[in-house]
Amino acid sequence: MADLQTFRQETRDWLEQNCPPSMRFPVTHSDDACWGGRNWTFKSEEQKQWMERMAARGWTAPDWPAEYGGGGLNKVETKILKEEMARINARSPLDSFGIWMIGPALLKFGSEELKQQHLPPIIRGEIRWCQGYSEPGAGSDLAGLQAKGEDKGDHFIANGQKVWTSYADKCDWMFCLLRTDFEAKKQMGISLVLFDMTTPGVTPKPIKLISGSSPFCETFLDDVRVEKDQVVGEINQGWTIAKYLLTHEREMIGGFGLTDAGSETLGQIAAKSLGVENGRISNQLLRADILKWEIDGAAFAMTAERVTDEVKSGHGVGATSAMLKYAGTELNKRRFELMMKVDGSDAMIWDGANSNGGWTPRTWLRTKGNSIEGGTSEVQLNIIAKNILGLG
Amino acid sequence: MAMVINEEQQMLKESAQGFLAEFAPIGEVRKQRDAGSETGYADNLWPQMADMGWAAILVPEAYGGLEFGHVGMGQIVEQTGRTLTASPLFSSAILGVTAINHCASEAQKTELLGAIAGGEITTALAVDEKIHHAPTQIRTTATASGQCYLLNGSKRYVADGSTADKLIVAARTGGDAGDSQGISLFVVDPTAAGVDIQRTEMVDCRNYANINFNNVEVPKSALLGEEGSGFQALSATLDVGNAFLAAELLGIAQQTFDVTLQYLKERKQFGVLIGSFQALQHRAAHWWSEIELCKSVVLKALQALDAGDTKSPLLVSIAKAKLCEVSELATNEAIQMHGGIGMTDEYDIGFYIKRARPAAMLFGDYSYHGDRFALLSGY
Repeated sequence: MADLQTFRQETRDWLEQNCPPSMRFPVTHSDDACWGGRNWTFKSEEQKQWMERMAARGWTAPDWPAEYGGGGLNKVETKILKEEMARINARSPLDSFGIWMIGPALLKFGSEELKQQHLPPIIRGEIRWCQGYSEPGAGSDLAGLQAKGEDKGDHFIANGQKVWTSYADKCDWMFCLLRTDFEAKKQMGISLVLFDMTTPGVTPKPIKLISGSSPFCETFLDDVRVEKDQVVGEINQGWTIAKYLLTHEREMIGGFGLTDAGSETLGQIAAKSLGVENGRISNQLLRADILKWEIDGAAFAMTAERVTDEVKSGHGVGATSAMLKYAGTELNKRRFELMMKVDGSDAMIWDGANSNGGWTPRTWLRTKGNSIEGGTSEVQLNIIAKNILGLG
Repeated sequence: MAMVINEEQQMLKESAQGFLAEFAPIGEVRKQRDAGSETGYADNLWPQMADMGWAAILVPEAYGGLEFGHVGMGQIVEQTGRTLTASPLFSSAILGVTAINHCASEAQKTELLGAIAGGEITTALAVDEKIHHAPTQIRTTATASGQCYLLNGSKRYVADGSTADKLIVAARTGGDAGDSQGISLFVVDPTAAGVDIQRTEMVDCRNYANINFNNVEVPKSALLGEEGSGFQALSATLDVGNAFLAAELLGIAQQTFDVTLQYLKERKQFGVLIGSFQALQHRAAHWWSEIELCKSVVLKALQALDAGDTKSPLLVSIAKAKLCEVSELATNEAIQMHGGIGMTDEYDIGFYIKRARPAAMLFGDYSYHGDRFALLSGY
């Protein structure tokens, strides 16, 4: 315990000295986030400093092994670091599908060579990754994917079309599912491969969403050369890793149901905007919906905490990622429906300085995708029914 | 505090499961109802529970208790929700102990807590006077008169009110209805002159009473704590009570789910198990997810009470509100998914909906606790 107290104090002191003042505010706009990568333009000198200082300590990936440049922290220390960052409202120094998704998969399934090649640049924010999973004909039925990799000895030649590849036009490398055995049962002939987005034949095209932004692309693969040493795990055994990654993705997206510590609650925002009489928001029906949301939001946050604690203490399996994904994304959608009602006609402003570039309606529309991406709510309910409840 | 139960609490949970399976399984509810029981439980049940130490769990060691905490007691109460076991556990070992422990004098604690912990006396808490919970809306008066107070007024739906050995009555020694100031708590002998107790027959076949007080003489020594400042202890007692009602409702939600899930795996229609229908699978999965949320809010509230957390009132209202909502979902879904057989008295599932509603209504339903949660949150 004394060691942990020392760690907390040292962490606090270090953050105090190294977290620049402008990085101590919650992210209120998608442009505030730092994604890194070859093509990244830092929004400010302080954003660059913050990412680089954290990366130098390995704290962009605090619980990864130090030998690959990670922080080497255990679970308790990682939690302390998060708490200390939250205490001063420190932003995430680096948002990264490398850290959230392919990195953990490499740590678990990757060869030593792949780990040494890919993990350090992820931690330093030098390489930005995207995910090539879905296809026009393979959405909820992901294992039905058709993009193929033909065996050419020491490499594959990949052809096909991926869709919903997040930020493919801005990313440096892709982790991608290809069908490499065309005879096998559909889950059995899939490989997880890695390639550089500058490889000839890779063409990402942004998709414009109802929110007006284009966070996703369709990515065309035309005779793309993929080296065999860039296969993660065994050839044709990629589905297991894909499922592992989907679990990670579910947890990440489910986390949208959590509101940032330190930021205003929906109730507080509504109280300011709608006015309070005798301690109560004067619009009684809206107040009822808001407090119901807040109760569910609190229950969800407690559940995320409980599941983490159960895993840590080895008590059972706890609730699964499918449940957190389902509950978290449905909550986030409800939250933004309420935000729209609280902001009234102001919420309908699409653009302009007064509306923070139409932040409210655009974010509201974006949340509609939360219960679709990474497996729809209906797919999550299928997973719960079949895997947990044993209903066939 | 990590959100897991420790080994001792786990053992208590398992011992409660074993005891209730043997001495108070769900069939006992039917038996007591059909026999027209006054209390809702067998005569020898409470002595047995007291022997198990259950009456002493919240009592401090200094007064002969086990001081085992709210999370520990929560494990038992959750199990009594699964078996729908009525007993004085809630009224005496939870409400009585908490109220007395909060504001009584040393002499009163020594006299009363030890007797409750040993299962020798039972108590009932008389607060509400109308059909909805409103703890500041107390109109029953206690007027000082010589060495006594004179109690006048009426209380409604007092849980265990017609069987308790002692009534703990919230009455006004000052202020007006709506004020939290001016409320005092008294220990009243139910056999005293002027106490009129009418048992009511309720949907859950448990014991509730409407009680009239007509110039009842209560000695000054029966006042708990300071005159006029009983609301704090009352409020703390209601928080504890609501946390355990939430724990009981969690047991009900889980048991109805388990029984219904089993039914989905047995019942065949159209030549297949009805659990193979996606329409039912999704509803079952949603219901299961809601129960996961419920486990968290109940544990959080009980842990807060053990820690003396100042956020306890807020966390208790979250827990009670959420469990009011989900126990309603659970008992309704249980009947619907059972189909016709769920409507029959022959089948046990109907007992759960008939206990879930009064447990939700007691000491405030969703509308009460949702409103309280929002007020405590500043809106």
